[in-house]
Amino acid sequence: MSTPTSTGAAPWAPPASADTASAAPRRSHWGKALPFIGPVVLFVVWDLVVRLGFIKAILLPMPGDTIATLIAGLAGGPLLVDFAVTVWRTLEAFAIAGVVGVPLGVLLGSNEKAYRSVEFLIDFFRSTPSSALIPLFLMIFGVSDVNKVAIAAFGALLIVVFNSAYGVMNARKQRVMAARVMGASRWQIFRDVLVWESLQPSFVGLRSAVSMALVIVIVAEMFIGSDSGLGHRIINSQQVMNVRDMYASILAAGALGYALNILFLMAERRIVHWSGR
Amino acid sequence: MRTVDSVINGPVYPDVPKPVFQPGPAGTHITIRGLTKYFAGWPLYEHFDLDIPKHKIVSVFGPNGCGKSTLINMIAGLIPIDSGEILFDGKERKDTRIGYVFQNYREAMFPWMRTIDNIAYPLKLEGRSKAEVDRRMEELVASFDVKFDLRRYPYELSGGQQQTASIMRALAPNPEVLFLDEPFSALDFEMTLFIREKLQEVFIQTGTTMLLVSHDLEEAVYLADQVLLLTKRPTRVAEVLRYDDPRPRTVETLSTPSFVATKKQSLEIFQREVRR
Repeated sequence: MSTPTSTGAAPWAPPASADTASAAPRRSHWGKALPFIGPVVLFVVWDLVVRLGFIKAILLPMPGDTIATLIAGLAGGPLLVDFAVTVWRTLEAFAIAGVVGVPLGVLLGSNEKAYRSVEFLIDFFRSTPSSALIPLFLMIFGVSDVNKVAIAAFGALLIVVFNSAYGVMNARKQRVMAARVMGASRWQIFRDVLVWESLQPSFVGLRSAVSMALVIVIVAEMFIGSDSGLGHRIINSQQVMNVRDMYASILAAGALGYALNILFLMAERRIVHWSGR
Repeated sequence: MRTVDSVINGPVYPDVPKPVFQPGPAGTHITIRGLTKYFAGWPLYEHFDLDIPKHKIVSVFGPNGCGKSTLINMIAGLIPIDSGEILFDGKERKDTRIGYVFQNYREAMFPWMRTIDNIAYPLKLEGRSKAEVDRRMEELVASFDVKFDLRRYPYELSGGQQQTASIMRALAPNPEVLFLDEPFSALDFEMTLFIREKLQEVFIQTGTTMLLVSHDLEEAVYLADQVLLLTKRPTRVAEVLRYDDPRPRTVETLSTPSFVATKKQSLEIFQREVRR
């Protein structure tokens, strides 16, 4: 009751226009710190929640301990081995998807009739959660390392094919016309224009594909009898209530996904240097 | 009772003979006869005839939607025609070397190639040797008096520089005809003036037949030997105005009586056609 009265009683002051001028440089100074605010807040909240006993330490360890476990694990501990195994499987799956998917997508995209005839299949299986196919892949490949890579490659492949094909189909018509008017043959237009035009969307596809591959590899490591990998480590440490290790492994998986994404963004910026200009 | 298999009032197909090809007057470069093009069931061009003279600049001007760009795109072979005949010195399009300058240079250049490679691209398509390509590039750079770095990528250049480069690319293989589809529309005034002068210089040097679509009457008349005025659709030739002032034309040309008269007459015909 008293709050509105006191606000109303306060004398009206014009908006501080003098301050806005000095605010601009201050804001740019702050700008560099902005990305760190979120993580810091998260860690503070995390710390407080455990420290004040809202969540038992047996379910959620202190952030400092978790980070220490993560660093110790990645600095030559057993976590590093599992991390490396997951990276390797993800890259294998991704490599298969990329090597098969980009050429296949570009070829399908340059022949629109061919693409239309398989469009439904691609869209259907692209929309099917790949994890739903794990039992099917189990029947084909058995409980093996090949299985984990195969299912991840399958999920990633469809994303790559879809993006590369659309990249070719949505190529700037005028660039194709420019090449044609200069006397380029169909093959020359394909080689000199369509392939290049598809690069940028292909990169978008590859970037989503590597994330997809990582997701499926982790899930497969959890549920397809596995004795290595981050997924295996996460579920194992959960079973024995080694929560510190579990959270460290989750953070490691997150860092891996984030790093892969950044890596691809950087590669894209270098290779598709004209993108967005 | 009629028998079932006899057709009542069947369609009649008159046996119209193909019109005899009428060549244009001496000095004609491009001959268009009976050009017909339908868009969405409506005629855009119907039995359209036109002669485009050799070693001249023809500016195409007309009301919105009359298909100025469509006309030069059909001649350049970028848009298929429904029927008719287009001959370049009696040859077909596929046997003719042409250059084409698009309005939107941003989407006409290949951003994955350096500017110099963009310009050399049509020469590489022809399978010319490295030495030949290099020689032609030097010629072009000299005649265009290029002041910017051609080893940069197109997107690193200004709009005017990009359009200069795309004109150089169009001229690289020494085309018989140069098509220009509103080449100045995306440029600022300063660059428009600059490129206009460059085009005039190139024309004085080479005499390449040019077909220019423009929406700016002053620039259309300034560059032209002939102003081709079109009607509303179905499009016909409203008038072909000759403009014979000697080149090089300069800023002074813009105030000569002949220029003013040609521009005024073009405008009158244009207005007459728009109101029709």
